[in-house]
Amino acid sequence: MIHVENLTKYYDSFCAVDQINIEINKGEILGLLGPNGAGKTTTLKMLTGYFKPSAGTIQVNDYNIEDNPLEIKQMIGYLPESSPFYKDMLVYDYLEYVSKIKGIKPSDRHPRLRYLADLCGLNHIMHKAIGELSKGLNQRVGLAHAMMNDPEILILDEPTQGLDPNQIVEIRHIIKKIGQEKTVIFSTHILSEAEATCDRIVIINRGKIVADGNTAELKQSTDQKTIIQLSLLNAETESVQNTLTAIEGIDRVESISRTDDGVLKVKAYSSSTEDLREKIYRTIKATDWVIIEFLQEAKTLETIFRDLTRQIN
Amino acid sequence: MWQFTHILKKELKDYFISPIAYIVISIFLIITGWFFFSTFFLYDQANMRGFFSLLPIIFAFVIPAITMRLFAEELNIGSYEILLTMPVTFSDIIIGKFAAGFIMTGAMLLPTLAYPISIAFIGDLDWGPVIGGYLGALLLGGTFSAIGVFASALTHNQIIAFILGAAICFVLTLIDKMLFFFPESILNIIEYLGADFHFRNVARGIIDSRDMIYFISVIFISLYSTYLALLRKE
Repeated sequence: MIHVENLTKYYDSFCAVDQINIEINKGEILGLLGPNGAGKTTTLKMLTGYFKPSAGTIQVNDYNIEDNPLEIKQMIGYLPESSPFYKDMLVYDYLEYVSKIKGIKPSDRHPRLRYLADLCGLNHIMHKAIGELSKGLNQRVGLAHAMMNDPEILILDEPTQGLDPNQIVEIRHIIKKIGQEKTVIFSTHILSEAEATCDRIVIINRGKIVADGNTAELKQSTDQKTIIQLSLLNAETESVQNTLTAIEGIDRVESISRTDDGVLKVKAYSSSTEDLREKIYRTIKATDWVIIEFLQEAKTLETIFRDLTRQIN
Repeated sequence: MWQFTHILKKELKDYFISPIAYIVISIFLIITGWFFFSTFFLYDQANMRGFFSLLPIIFAFVIPAITMRLFAEELNIGSYEILLTMPVTFSDIIIGKFAAGFIMTGAMLLPTLAYPISIAFIGDLDWGPVIGGYLGALLLGGTFSAIGVFASALTHNQIIAFILGAAICFVLTLIDKMLFFFPESILNIIEYLGADFHFRNVARGIIDSRDMIYFISVIFISLYSTYLALLRKE
């Protein structure tokens, strides 16, 4: 549905987005993750047609953003990062204005506004000025704005930013509901949110895509290291190093600390996909060390994210 | 095609819901009324010449005050981004905003029609120059609105937009009064550039194509420059 090729954006000499290639299918909920300044917002702004790419192409269905920007804009609903709306306008007036620009037929306008007011919980603030609204309510107005003409593609830049926990759950619920038939692309740096909502996660760092896939795929990505942490009593640092390194599959062993009561803490690193916990247990059983703690660090999205975005730094 | 009307309506609504429109119109009426009628009875002539000779210089700072917010405010609060991601073209946006400024100028002129009507009651008013004067005022208003829109598109700051717009309008108004500074060979060109010079021609009741071409081309150049200024922001 959306085909992005070699998308690049320079701000003067600073390269914010560096040759991104991505294919987004219909009905996907795609989460765009990355540290601050990674190029998430810039990428989204180019997809919506607000920024002109320095190089590369964006194709939505059969339309190219260069040649048919209006057709693409008609298909996209966009919620910008800080929901900057006209502060003096009433919510109702603003949404009506948007409905006119987006070409909603006069007869459909009121039912549509009513539906969106219910969906986004705007009924009690329809006659307030936008400037008086709190951040969360402002965000909901933005969501109604983005969904005005029932767009095929919804692009949301940090949709849950500034919302209270209940609203976050609500918005996620809305996103999931919309995502059943529409394509949703949203950026966030809350990882649990991406994990809970997205079919597919794309992590970008310094303008480049560093990971792309669903949560399970990301966790399996092979260049990931398994880390096993052990706390042992009655053990010598050197013999622990030697014994554990001898186990097939363990790359290296690092001693972390030795406490006053004689507990030695080590970390074993492995890059094999095999579960090494049994081997380690059996090896230790043969010695007279006492296991105080034995744990395999789970690969969460958090650790993957940190690894991927740090590696390059 | 008609997308610009939505933007036009929205801008007009903004003008007339907020106090801006009423404040600007009042200030305009007080200034023109004061200056015009303070000398009107001394001259003891039933014409509007005094009013129309004042108009360009008053327009030169009132109209940029009307147009200063059109783009600068959107750029400042960031709603410009939303506007551009909606299905509208640059020309829809520019024409919509220019038309709003222009209609606002017309709304400002409308109450001044009370002057010729009351003069017609107390004296024998020649309507030809009055009609010409209003036609010229609309052309001049359109020209200054277009310049104001351009100034507004250059900056995030409304005050800068105002000063910039007023400066350009002042130069165009006053340039034909500074002719003695210029070498003789370019006098005609400088005179042709002056907005006041063309306004006076139209206000005398002479509809000359040269004056029309002047106003229309300044409007066109200003709006096209606005387009280029917006394009640069991408």
